[in-house]
Amino acid sequence: MIVAERKPLEDIREMIAGYKKILIVGCGTCVTICWAGGEKEVAVLSSQLRLASKKDGNELEILEATIERQCEKELVEALKDKVQQVEAVLSMGCGAGVQPIAEIFPDMPVYPALNTTFVGMPEGEGVWVETCRACGDCFLDKTGGICPIVRCAKGLLNGPCGGTNNGKCEIDSEKDCAWTLIYRRLEQQGRLDAMRKYYPPRNFQAVIRPGKVETLPA
Amino acid sequence: MKAKGAFLPDIVAFCCAQSAYQAADTAGSMRITYPENIRVIRVPCAGRVDVLHILRAFEKGADGVLVLGCHEEACRHLSGNIRAKNRVQRVNTLLQEVGIDGKRVEMFTLAPNQGSRFARIANEVNERIKELGPSPVKSGA
Repeated sequence: MIVAERKPLEDIREMIAGYKKILIVGCGTCVTICWAGGEKEVAVLSSQLRLASKKDGNELEILEATIERQCEKELVEALKDKVQQVEAVLSMGCGAGVQPIAEIFPDMPVYPALNTTFVGMPEGEGVWVETCRACGDCFLDKTGGICPIVRCAKGLLNGPCGGTNNGKCEIDSEKDCAWTLIYRRLEQQGRLDAMRKYYPPRNFQAVIRPGKVETLPA
Repeated sequence: MKAKGAFLPDIVAFCCAQSAYQAADTAGSMRITYPENIRVIRVPCAGRVDVLHILRAFEKGADGVLVLGCHEEACRHLSGNIRAKNRVQRVNTLLQEVGIDGKRVEMFTLAPNQGSRFARIANEVNERIKELGPSPVKSGA
């Protein structure tokens, strides 16, 4: 899933300074799971903004809406009635959520309340880690399902390097060495021969940016 | 705006029905007085108190908020008091971000028979909030 973090309140206030009525839009998918931009976070941000503007003696009315996915135009279109009532929209979706809103309502200023950080998974309660770089040339078949492109500090395809230290990385002694993890996983699966192969440099143009995938339903 | 000397803070106290609410009752039975400006809200468990409940109390003009729950290891719902403690910490940070002193929200734990502790907490918090003055969110404050 896509992981994001909320921007500092000060930055958000600077973006919406001068507006008297705004709409905060949450997203019910990835950013709800990572506690950054779901219905609850929308309510908390609205409350904080109301408190801050009351404190400074400014007038600010806030409408709230959370849709299932901000990255789908059909779902964003349902915001039309609310968008028409406000001067600006603050999106609590990832970057792929902000842009459809801006595209569907081109006359409306749309601001991001989140910083989209990475594609990842939860490691524990409230902790998310990056696990995929979305490189377009998946290497996981060779590495026992552990991605060295993201999890190795050097992104090595032929690891480990000389800096592996009792299973930890030389860059950060708290961080696991991805290639040690890969070795252990392949050993567990009886596939250590995969470690002995040499992998040539990757195709860094597997995805021409901006990426586009065209497909038909199965 | 009230004169500073006459400032009587609005303090909302979310009280767990299993402990703090009964402690407030005990204080009453024991004829122990506590400030009348503490507004007691009975909740089934301190863990029911959400970050938004506390924030909205401030939006509606509270000068301070108290969350009172059971002692640790004594929550009838196992971890409601721990959840409440974490949420109070979270609100603390959220208020600081807004520019409101995080000390305006506090959590205490007590047992249902601790009427005098309830009154002492109420008095101490009342004094602390008086020193902080009216909430900066209050119009004209």
